[in-house]
Amino acid sequence: MALDDNKKRYINHHGGKTYFLLGDEACAYGAIYAGCDFFAGYPITPASEVAELIAEELPKAGGICIQMEDELASMAAIVGAAWTGARSMTATSGPGFSLMQENIGYAIMTETPCVIVNVQRSGPSTGQATKPAQGDMLQARWGTHGDHNIIALAPNSAQECFDLMQDCFDLADTYRTPVILLMDGEIGHIRESVVMPELSSVRHTSRKRAERAEEIFGGQELIPGMIHYGEGSNVHVTGSTHLANGMRDVTTPHVHDELIRRIYKKIDSGREDIVRIETDTVANGKSRVGVISYGASARPARGAVKAARAEGKNIDFLRLISIWPFARKQVAEFSRDLDLILVPEMNLGQMSREIERFVDCKVIAVPKIGGVPHTVDEIHQVIMEAVS
Amino acid sequence: MIVRFAGFGGQGIVVSSYIIGKSAVLDGKKAIQNQAYGSESRGGECRGDVVIANEEIYELEPTNYDVLVAMTQPAYEAFVPLLKPGGTLILDSDLVVTDKKLEPKKIKKHAIPATDIAFKKFGRKIVANMIILGYMNTLLSPVSESALEKAISESVPKGTEKMNLEAMREGIRLAREGKG
Repeated sequence: MALDDNKKRYINHHGGKTYFLLGDEACAYGAIYAGCDFFAGYPITPASEVAELIAEELPKAGGICIQMEDELASMAAIVGAAWTGARSMTATSGPGFSLMQENIGYAIMTETPCVIVNVQRSGPSTGQATKPAQGDMLQARWGTHGDHNIIALAPNSAQECFDLMQDCFDLADTYRTPVILLMDGEIGHIRESVVMPELSSVRHTSRKRAERAEEIFGGQELIPGMIHYGEGSNVHVTGSTHLANGMRDVTTPHVHDELIRRIYKKIDSGREDIVRIETDTVANGKSRVGVISYGASARPARGAVKAARAEGKNIDFLRLISIWPFARKQVAEFSRDLDLILVPEMNLGQMSREIERFVDCKVIAVPKIGGVPHTVDEIHQVIMEAVS
Repeated sequence: MIVRFAGFGGQGIVVSSYIIGKSAVLDGKKAIQNQAYGSESRGGECRGDVVIANEEIYELEPTNYDVLVAMTQPAYEAFVPLLKPGGTLILDSDLVVTDKKLEPKKIKKHAIPATDIAFKKFGRKIVANMIILGYMNTLLSPVSESALEKAISESVPKGTEKMNLEAMREGIRLAREGKG
């Protein structure tokens, strides 16, 4: 999607400099860089700083920010905005994310590109409201009802909060689907250096457009183009099972079967394009033990792997940057020569179960809850026990 | 270097950690800053941590510190046991009474009446944190003086830059004169 003059001016003013920002703030700036036109949200710790900065900065870049009455309305508003052609987003934390699930399902079913930022905090319920966690990994996958696929990315630094917003908006437009940025309260609330690039190096994927309203929900294309409201066509957008032209047909089995399988398949077939990982492996397949982590947990995990190597232990490391669709092929490959994979995460073992499904070796969760991240020492100790 | 600033909300605790972190980034170093505070804007207990390194930082929430700046008695009592042996304790001598039983071995102690100086010299208690920043930076050099000046100028409310920088220089002077 091309940047308008307001955004170009904004990026020219901010680009090419280094900042010291909260992960939340970096996410907000990243959204503006990514061409976000519309934000609707409701404040919640530890995501409020995303909305706070967006409220101040997005209008300067020609965008609109609305504080809604709640998270249900926020999600509904960004779906509506997307259908007018906007790049739209919201930001919340666990309790708000739960409230958004119904309308996330609506966005999936209506193939609406939009971005949901979830800065995860310690739950369930109000739990430790101000403390970080990674407890919504599977809620992001299966929080809304019915068969569906989802795209979710997890940053592990303030810089990556900035960078991945671009990826989120591009993936949302490419696959015509909601995309979730699965941050955690730890990364959202630490300040680090963030480099904002100059305008000349900012590139955006364009949203695919349709010429005829008859095939905006299917027809020949795996991912059909969109027609926006206000462009003159009669467009029917419904969460009920529908034909390629958007008209309801909730009784014909094959209509539902074909629609849901296509919506599922469009993301499945894009795995190679969507999956993002980072690996740091010991040469010659000498390792018997590997560590897989993501988000905030991946920081001390990486430090622990480094410390173990300094003591002569061969430990492999993989960081999941994309969470969903799961990097099944890459994880299986990573595990090939390993006897054991350790999975540090700030929950009682959510992604470790997913990893287990795709590897032949033993997988052990290294859980941490209570509102504080693992320390390097804690993970280092587990690694040393595993290798001995 | 890992530094914890601790005290009450309103003493500029969080902003102190922010300024040191920002200075480190201006120096081209790696830095992480984080904070914890109550819902009160003044009076609640609060702390700000900053980690400065030349390499990638893996520890997101350190549990031991090289430096503790304690601006209240409860902050001193809660956090001085977490200071690393041989670490540095900097405190406001009018606000904290030390207790050897709580302290790790071989720590270096520095006490200056920062809040009192801030009030008497600048008419504003709130710049005590700037005196402490100048003092600490001269003592331990986590960041360059020019970066510290720039970070302060960019971080304090507009119109107060001069007073804040002067307070910082007062802290530098105290350290150079070997006070505390």
